[in-house]
Amino acid sequence: MNTSPTQSSIAGVMGLPEDAARTWTVFDHLHQWVVTVDHKKLGLMYIMYGLLFFVVAGIEASLIRIQLAVPNNHFLPPRLFNELFTMHGTTMVFLVGMPLIFGFANYLVPLMIGARDLAFPRLNAFGFWLSVFGGLLLYFSLVGGMGMTGAGSMPDIGWFAYAPLTSPAFSRGHSTDYWTIGVLVGGLGSIATAVNIITTILCLRCKGMTLMKMPLLAWLNLVMCGMVLIAIGPLTAAQIMLLFDRFLGAHFFDTQAGGSAVLWQHFFWIFGHPEVYVLILPGFAFASEIIPVFSRKAIFGYPVMVGATVAIAFVSLGVWAHHMFTVGMTPIGNTFFAISTMLVGVPTGIKIFNWIGTMWGGKIRFDTPMLFCVAFLVQFLIAGLTGVMLSVVPFDWQLNSSYFVVAHFHFVLVGALLFTIFGAIYYWFPKATGRLLSERLGKWHFWLFLIGFHVTFDTMHIPGMLGMPRRIYTYEAGRGWDALNMICTVGVGFQALGILFFVGNVLWSLFKGKRAGNDPWDAWTLEWSTTSPPPEYNFAEPLVVKSRRPLWDIKHPTDPDWKFE
Amino acid sequence: MSTVATTLTPESADWSQPSKGRTAMICLIIAESAIFSIFVVAYLYYIGKSASGPTPRQVLDLPILSSICLLSSSATITFAIRALISGDTGRFGFWWLATIVLGGYFLFETGREWHDLIYNKGLTIQTNLFGTTFYSLVGLHAFHVLVGLLALLIVMGFTFAGAVKREHAERCEVLALYWHFVDVVWIIVFTVVYIIGL
Repeated sequence: MNTSPTQSSIAGVMGLPEDAARTWTVFDHLHQWVVTVDHKKLGLMYIMYGLLFFVVAGIEASLIRIQLAVPNNHFLPPRLFNELFTMHGTTMVFLVGMPLIFGFANYLVPLMIGARDLAFPRLNAFGFWLSVFGGLLLYFSLVGGMGMTGAGSMPDIGWFAYAPLTSPAFSRGHSTDYWTIGVLVGGLGSIATAVNIITTILCLRCKGMTLMKMPLLAWLNLVMCGMVLIAIGPLTAAQIMLLFDRFLGAHFFDTQAGGSAVLWQHFFWIFGHPEVYVLILPGFAFASEIIPVFSRKAIFGYPVMVGATVAIAFVSLGVWAHHMFTVGMTPIGNTFFAISTMLVGVPTGIKIFNWIGTMWGGKIRFDTPMLFCVAFLVQFLIAGLTGVMLSVVPFDWQLNSSYFVVAHFHFVLVGALLFTIFGAIYYWFPKATGRLLSERLGKWHFWLFLIGFHVTFDTMHIPGMLGMPRRIYTYEAGRGWDALNMICTVGVGFQALGILFFVGNVLWSLFKGKRAGNDPWDAWTLEWSTTSPPPEYNFAEPLVVKSRRPLWDIKHPTDPDWKFE
Repeated sequence: MSTVATTLTPESADWSQPSKGRTAMICLIIAESAIFSIFVVAYLYYIGKSASGPTPRQVLDLPILSSICLLSSSATITFAIRALISGDTGRFGFWWLATIVLGGYFLFETGREWHDLIYNKGLTIQTNLFGTTFYSLVGLHAFHVLVGLLALLIVMGFTFAGAVKREHAERCEVLALYWHFVDVVWIIVFTVVYIIGL
């Protein structure tokens, strides 16, 4: 066992006798990670936590696809099928998406703005452990769902938990309570971390980094955290009401006492739709950092990118009821939400043009991070187009709650978000570990996952158009869905194989990967100016920047950016 | 958020950024406002939709005195902060204690109102939609008053121990921001429950 570098260096600096004889056991290392308030360690723990649950939710999805591969299948009982799609959705949004984006924000934001940590390191640890606690509570329903003494069961209410499914009459036992409390606690952790990241970005930028000189990643995370503040509150409020209904006999969503089931839908989607943008904005952030570096050009239209981000955040707070067209709203309501939904396409379209504008005429290097970002551009465009289709009210009446919708949002969350997250992992892995991921295995991962993704989710649009509803555990033969469902399931195999290559790549590269050095991609933002992995204090000296690409200025003293910005 | 008072080097004139504490508190207030708005919307949406009695008009009395107390505590906490900035810790302690007494009286009155409603007038959270939304909204606010009071009491304890000095004025100001927020929310809750809802 080795001595801790931190421990000995602090002792050295303070002139204390170094305790060289003391050896570090596994428990000491574990203890160090559990009690840490360092943003980099917490960021990595968030990411590992997200990836762990990604595997869990991926297995849940695979089971769902196996059940649907052939008609009249009895692989899973109906109730377990309901439990699996509930847990798959809840896990992917709250225990995979949120931890991953907060993990990257934690790790990267202080490094990119030249700060030594987040504004409130202990609050950061608190937020992380709240999220962990929330996730464990959700999965505790497996063992304690029927109460401490009974058999366990998972919640089977769907990830948006529509009333009256959640009422005591229809959700007996405690699995729904674990769902509610788990999501509530995780949400409080998200609010704590969002407050922290906003404060860090507004108050701890290094000298010279005005808001309009920040890396776009910091901008997008600032806006994302602002949306978390506004969007998680309604979810928290709705969950509190649900708990009052279930435990205290209140009547918020109890139609017999005059309560409204539709009100839950409004409250949930006031959270739920902005949540989509909370998840996708960090995806945009990764693309906005990776695409310029691998195109060897500064980002095209920086101020417009910032403006478009703020516009997306603003518009996305007024589109939630497009999830509810089939509930039956007034024509004015339908029109308003259809138009506002279409309006989101404008700033997102601007972003796509700007990324293409960045690549245009650039000297593009197709390393693995860039491959994932290029695929993201194409797939996000398709996701946006089907989104605009669904904003047309009559079209939505036809296809809401069909597999077309499932295909649409998987294009957003897998095709756009997950692809950029993979790109980000390949891009920043060398910074966090000091070693590059293998390009060879990375290309296998990319191509297998890309093929699997398209085989599954391109195909999935069609059974939706042919009328296959969501959340059915099986279907009759001869409706024209059989072959299509089989193709969707086959694609999952390719995706799983791709993920295997990814896991293998991470494990192999962690020990055998090529040494990265400080700046393996010849990039321009501040995190590449420190060592890989960075020391606990990030930067030894206070930094001063003059442009959006401080490392460019250092590398090209005769042609610095600040002369032109 | 270290608890040790640090002497900050004055930031150079050409580079200053907002205060951490104030920024974070404003963020928290935004998040809390989102939670409160949902409860307010639920209250407004369910006005007059109860399937059975009692109605607000039958059981609610205007809590005028306690409202005046809570709102004036916003003034006393401002006096306290001003005293601390000028270095007069004695006067700070007086006004801070006044704030706690006023907030505590408000909470006491809420408790009395609830006791009366539950035991004499037969309105519980289970009775009807009015009971459900009333106890949730007023209760959520009372919970925030309680949290604020606990924070104020902690500072009071430090004041009695003689540990609160002029350099802590900014931290007390951050706490005061939260207290002002709780007061503003009460104006909204009062309007919704005792004026619009009656």
